[in-house]
Amino acid sequence: MNLRTWRLLVNATMLTLTGVCTVITVSVLFVILGLLLYHGASSLSIHFFTQLPKPTGETGGGMANAIVGSAQIVGIAALIGIPIGFIAGIYLSEYEDKRFASFVRYVADLLNGVPSIIIGILAWALVVLPFHHFSGIAGSVALSVMLIPIVTRQTEQFLREVPLALREGALALGASKWKMIATVAVPAGSKGILTGMILGVARIAGESAPLLFTALGNQYWGGLTEPTSSLPVMIYQRATSPYEDWNQQAWAAGLVLIAMVLTANILARMVLAKGVSLPRG
Amino acid sequence: MPTSTSIPASTAAQAPKLRASNVNFFYGAFQALHDISIEMLEHKVTALIGPSGCGKSTFLRNLNRINDTIKNSRMEGKILLDNEDVRAVDVTSLRRRVGMVFQRPNPFPKSIFENVAYGLKINGMAKRSEMRDRVERSLQRAALWNEVKDKLQESAYALSGGQQQRLCIARALAVDPEVLLLDEPCSALDPIATAKIEECLFTLKDQCTMVIVTHNMQQAARVADFTGFFLMGRLIEYSKTDVIFRNPAKKETEDYITGRFG
Repeated sequence: MNLRTWRLLVNATMLTLTGVCTVITVSVLFVILGLLLYHGASSLSIHFFTQLPKPTGETGGGMANAIVGSAQIVGIAALIGIPIGFIAGIYLSEYEDKRFASFVRYVADLLNGVPSIIIGILAWALVVLPFHHFSGIAGSVALSVMLIPIVTRQTEQFLREVPLALREGALALGASKWKMIATVAVPAGSKGILTGMILGVARIAGESAPLLFTALGNQYWGGLTEPTSSLPVMIYQRATSPYEDWNQQAWAAGLVLIAMVLTANILARMVLAKGVSLPRG
Repeated sequence: MPTSTSIPASTAAQAPKLRASNVNFFYGAFQALHDISIEMLEHKVTALIGPSGCGKSTFLRNLNRINDTIKNSRMEGKILLDNEDVRAVDVTSLRRRVGMVFQRPNPFPKSIFENVAYGLKINGMAKRSEMRDRVERSLQRAALWNEVKDKLQESAYALSGGQQQRLCIARALAVDPEVLLLDEPCSALDPIATAKIEECLFTLKDQCTMVIVTHNMQQAARVADFTGFFLMGRLIEYSKTDVIFRNPAKKETEDYITGRFG
């Protein structure tokens, strides 16, 4: 065949191939959503959100403790992790000429790659062992360790994008470096920074491994200092149980969890897209 | 070697507002300024002209130490503001006294009012009740008040380029600086905006000392009392603007003025 036909053939093949791969990638999300909706929607009811788990066989029963527990654990983790990550991100962006800064950045990247179950072991050793108690706070500590590098890098990245011209403008008016950071640089990068925080929290909300032996799980209401139930762990327990109705509940819990995570993601992207706080041109 | 930087005798009685002595400036290993000595008199406009890359902006930026933020940079020699070494004073108070307007307008992503009030707020210079009056006064001095008085709460980015630059001038003036440094303030603007800004600079002359870096020789001739010609990091000639443009002492100056090189 001549060159032209060969080129057309290669072109068409590659286009098809890349198209098919894209479709597969995108459709995975929809398959997940579809499966969860199909299996889980029927088990969703007001009971699900308001009642404690009941033994298998009994009707009603829900995951109120898991939902509240997740909110508690993730909430405390955010309270610990966001401020630390935010300030560390500022340091990395604004004081990058110090050797310590490159070291911190390197370590943060390494920390990002540590398997979540190892972080769970860390929290177990630091919080559970000394107090001889599984607890919600141990779970929060584990999750906050995962949250910190995410928030740090996002904060740093969006701060770096604030133009030098804006910073010099503030400095030239007599602002000290910290005042400039607080009143000009951070507000200018705030949309991206906020997005990073939302996405980070959404990410840790879905983690189960670090909670397995820190917060453990609970059939009843837990608390900061007691084993606490959480959605991801509940899903794991219910899904691996031999009981049909518990499996059903796992589907429903999965649906609730993904709804929460997706909402956070979409919200974050809306915040980012809505108006740009940096000058054009 | 000494260049012709002596001020004509008739004005020598006036104390210089700013004096640079043997300033050498390095970006890492590269020497951008060689032995610059120059005096700027109070309430006068001094223009610094020269081809691209000759060091005039670098020199200007040393006057308010904004070059401090550049890594690996180093200045040798002395710069005195009212006989005080600028490196001996607290840098934030120096920058309040020596304001700067940059080449491209750089308003903050805040409202017009907030932009002008920024310097006042961070320096704690005005009570809430006074803020409005001071913002109005600054915008008037920058010849922008009439155009923005009804939209002070709008974003600064809604303004045109020329208006943004006048906003930056208003912002710099709000803190009542003694010296105003202008780094090619009109290079990004159209002729009409440029004319408005030059007009505004004329009226400001009595209230503060100005040093303006410009590529535009006609602008220097229009606006400045004294002009310094820079070439390759050296100050070749410095004199009254008239003298520089009509009767330059150095050949390089004459070549530049007449456009033999740009």
